Amino acid sequence: MRKHIFQGMIHAPLTEAAPAPDDAALAELAQAVERTARRRLGRSLAIREVDAGSCNGCELEIHALNNAFYDLERFGLRFVASPRHADVLLVTGPLTQNMCEALERTYRATPDPKWVVAAGDCAIDGGLFAGSPACVPGSIGAAVPVDLYIRGCPPRPIDLLKGLLALLEAQA
Amino acid sequence: MAVLSEALAKAQPCPAHYPVPRAVVGAEAWKQAAQGFAEGRMTLLGLWGERDAAHMAVRDTEEGSIAVLSLLCPNGRFPSVGAVHPPAVRLERTMRDLYGLIADGAKDTRPWLDHGKWPHSRAEARAPYDFLPAEGENLHHIVVGPVHAGIIEPGNFRFTAGGETIVRLEERLGYVHKGIEGLMAGADLKRGAQLAGRTSGDSTVAYAFAFARAAEAALGCEVPPRAVWLRALMAELERLANHFGDIGAICNDAAFALMHAHTGVLRELVLRTCDAAFGHRLMRDSIVPGGVAHDLDDRGVAAIRALLAEARRRFPPLVKLYDDTASLQDRTVGTGRLSLELAQQYGAGGFVGRASGRNFDARRDLVYAPYDQLHFTVPIRNDGDVNARVWIRIHEVEQSLGLIEQILDRLPAGPITVPLPIGSDACEGLALVEGFRGDVLVWLHLNREGTIARCHLRDPSWFQWPLLEAAIEGNIVADFPLCNKSFNCSYSGHDL
Ligand code: SF4
Repeated sequence: MRKHIFQGMIHAPLTEAAPAPDDAALAELAQAVERTARRRLGRSLAIREVDAGSCNGCELEIHALNNAFYDLERFGLRFVASPRHADVLLVTGPLTQNMCEALERTYRATPDPKWVVAAGDCAIDGGLFAGSPACVPGSIGAAVPVDLYIRGCPPRPIDLLKGLLALLEAQA
Repeated sequence: MAVLSEALAKAQPCPAHYPVPRAVVGAEAWKQAAQGFAEGRMTLLGLWGERDAAHMAVRDTEEGSIAVLSLLCPNGRFPSVGAVHPPAVRLERTMRDLYGLIADGAKDTRPWLDHGKWPHSRAEARAPYDFLPAEGENLHHIVVGPVHAGIIEPGNFRFTAGGETIVRLEERLGYVHKGIEGLMAGADLKRGAQLAGRTSGDSTVAYAFAFARAAEAALGCEVPPRAVWLRALMAELERLANHFGDIGAICNDAAFALMHAHTGVLRELVLRTCDAAFGHRLMRDSIVPGGVAHDLDDRGVAAIRALLAEARRRFPPLVKLYDDTASLQDRTVGTGRLSLELAQQYGAGGFVGRASGRNFDARRDLVYAPYDQLHFTVPIRNDGDVNARVWIRIHEVEQSLGLIEQILDRLPAGPITVPLPIGSDACEGLALVEGFRGDVLVWLHLNREGTIARCHLRDPSWFQWPLLEAAIEGNIVADFPLCNKSFNCSYSGHDL
């Protein structure tokens, strides 16, 4: 194990350069954040991920944000285990009827000020699952107020990162 | 004569079901088949319903042959298979939820995917869910989910523990039920393939592969050799990405983050290579009925070859690290043991079955092109614990690297798609594909104009989730995440 740790010290990091925050997302957010009781939290956001019916593709790419290439925590962004600790709910999936109550309760359990990011095409309008009686019409936005949408099926980690950075910029 | 041939001999064959036969049987033969499962002479591969028929896909354990048996149920009832063969129980509860079919004689008739939230939910489903009792002195409950602490899919787990030791785990799933099979009805093949590819995101290639093969079997369509080989290439890349990610994630659940960091790099390298080669990190929608959507150019080949070299350089030291770290082995060895009997009874696919001695791999045992022309071995272990499941995956990584190399060396030239001969008669097809998690089954019934009448998708998780409940018994609560990750069942693939 020592060898692995030592090599980790002498090799250059794999980490990608930080992307610029997504311009479109920034514009969208500037508006959204105006509406909230804005409080300066410093450059730090705690994120609670909620799968509201995803195919798990979005989760795979959200996971990737923690790998050595994207290294989310260097931006002060980190995933937390409870909505009680969260500033941001990162929600995926077409919002199944069976997850609707759990999402609403998770939202209520998150202290103010809070933001909701809906990630993935499903989370925007149901995506390919739109129209299914097992999904809530209008997807995530029908149950909780969404501040930022990130497109993709699934969104690439770099797009997730851009969106989250935009959120950080907007609320700082 | 083997049980299945016997059943087929007496049954009414259905025309236009490919490549294996389908036959309509009577209630007696249906019950005999159920008995065949209970006696271990046949394996249940799938059980699904339609408005007025029940179907089962079966494999004769002796002969290895496969068929679909159907029972017409004009009055909406069929003799329960689950009454004598527990692996069918959740499938029957689902048939009731989705198609209203009632399993006569079933002991557990609680709703499963129906949580009472749909517009058409049954009255029973609207009542609070009736968890199974666990009685004894000083037992306590721990309830987690559906929203978990990590970035994982939603499900509800109810533990009953005596002190630290779990005496019963009961799973409640269905939270991510999207109505995929309902959306399939009436869809064309293009949309059908997209839906299939979104059944379980981590197995998007396996599902699209199985769906395409079922459609092509039904339509009697031969796919160009290059497309067939490219499909296997994608399937092995998908297996590699998932195995890398999960080997690290299992270690992470034993608080060994170093491994997770390193295998996370390997996984990311695979995904970037897939992106470079096929234009999508998960290779979503890359396999379509009739062929593949993206050809592989020289740059793609070079990227994959570079990945092979990098994986062969980086992976062996990590395997050694796993093997040499006593504190890690202390957590994985002997934890979450699954017996061979249960693995066989449930027909547990993938590393879950193979780590417990169930010697089955659809690529070898239900061979499909191009695996009939490729060399690989199927690793088997008998210890059945978390450690065994890790080792099976380590060996499967090695096999996949070899398969990818063979495919690149021998990739045939030529076209990558063929037009589908749609517009003949109604037809049906069945396909099984070995995904990273186990065998994915797709059954497809096409209308005359080529639209989907009924499509059933059976994730390997259906037969693995119940085994997790068995494997966890007697373990400590703190080892649940570790056991769970070592099974890594799909929620979405199961919930549909
Ligand atoms: S957006 Fe795509 S990847 Fe994400 S949950 Fe929906 S289907 Fe899956």
